[in-house]
Amino acid sequence: MINWEFIIGHLNYWFFIVLMMTGLYIVIAKGNLVKKVVGLNIFQTSVFMFYISIGKVIGGTAPIFPVDMKIDNNIVYSNPLPHVLILTAIVVGVATTSLALALIVRIREEYGTIEEDEIFIIEHELDSSNKTPNTYKENGHF
Amino acid sequence: MLFAFYVQFHGDYSPGGGFQAGVIMAVGIIIYGIVFDMEHAKKVLPPWFVHKMLAFGVLLYTFTGVISFFRGQNFLDYSALSRHSPTHGQHYGILIIELGVGITVSGVMIAIFYAFASRTSEINDAEW
Amino acid sequence: MLSGVFSLLSALLLITLDAVDVAFTEAAVGAGISIVLMLSTLTLTSRREKKSKNSNLIPLMIVIITGVTLTYGTLDMPNFGAADTPSQIHVAREYIKRTPEDIHIPNIVTAVLGSYRGYDTLGETAVIFTAGIGVLLILGRLSLRPRRRAKKIEKVL
Repeated sequence: MINWEFIIGHLNYWFFIVLMMTGLYIVIAKGNLVKKVVGLNIFQTSVFMFYISIGKVIGGTAPIFPVDMKIDNNIVYSNPLPHVLILTAIVVGVATTSLALALIVRIREEYGTIEEDEIFIIEHELDSSNKTPNTYKENGHF
Repeated sequence: MLFAFYVQFHGDYSPGGGFQAGVIMAVGIIIYGIVFDMEHAKKVLPPWFVHKMLAFGVLLYTFTGVISFFRGQNFLDYSALSRHSPTHGQHYGILIIELGVGITVSGVMIAIFYAFASRTSEINDAEW
Repeated sequence: MLSGVFSLLSALLLITLDAVDVAFTEAAVGAGISIVLMLSTLTLTSRREKKSKNSNLIPLMIVIITGVTLTYGTLDMPNFGAADTPSQIHVAREYIKRTPEDIHIPNIVTAVLGSYRGYDTLGETAVIFTAGIGVLLILGRLSLRPRRRAKKIEKVL
């Protein structure tokens, strides 16, 4: 009664969903900002894998022709389009991750902590200690 | 480093291209910076040069696209780059833009590394 | 260290899925840059995480609900590796067919990256460039912002 072909054909999607949910859980549940970035990275990788697995054709090979350009029409190539998208996305992902990490470093330097709840407390106290914008001006913030 | 250049210019024929070459190039400098010293690495590749690299790569890419305008083609249509045949133009075009991408990527990665590594650590040894 | 292992395993998986270009990128990025970045951030910040006081139940619930919804969504997806899916029969086939005639280079990925989708790649390069400039502004010598706020925070504490 169980459709094994269906289950095996969809197993890859389910693996990526598990990976993605792991990332999502880390992003939501952890207070540490560095861990949040790690969670986002895991999430990102699962999306990459999902794309690449869509592009795969069973029995296909990597989308590169022979160097002498003698093309055999019987060879099946996997879909090159997801490869292109993900190739650029990986490098962009590193660049944006480093931007996030740079922000975290600055936050640490300003606030002395990278825990989310402590930052909230400090922000709150800062707000309540300077209620009027004039005091900001006097301290040279504008 | 040599491997980076191989990857860069051989990208037409085997896996590889500007993105990978840029990253490998940057890794070369980064490992040099870790093994020796930041000061040594900065002597090899000074920060001002890296900052120029960032912008130069994007400019090279855009400029390649703009050349096609003057040849009466669409933006980034490399067929305009060669007078003999469109496929040659495509070859040159891809080579040049991959070079632009490679320069930008390696510039960005090295600049990021310099920025992070130049910060003095506020952490005390006891915490490690 | 674990992140390095993670990216190495990803690269191996990508090779089995025929994506050699992507595997190459992942290996290069994972081996060199992301580990160095993570470690230097950890050096610049703190090593230990503080215990979270919030309960883990609500995030767990959200994650499970989202996961079940996504799994429900996959039931309509085509089987893994099928050759007649929508993603295989539109532009992808066109790219594979026309690359030898139009561009005449063996690596289809490079051809699509550079030529057919040149705009995309230009945009991606611009994004990387912008991220680099952003890091330089935040951390590098390009930032000229005085550190008065830090002193104020000390006063409050």
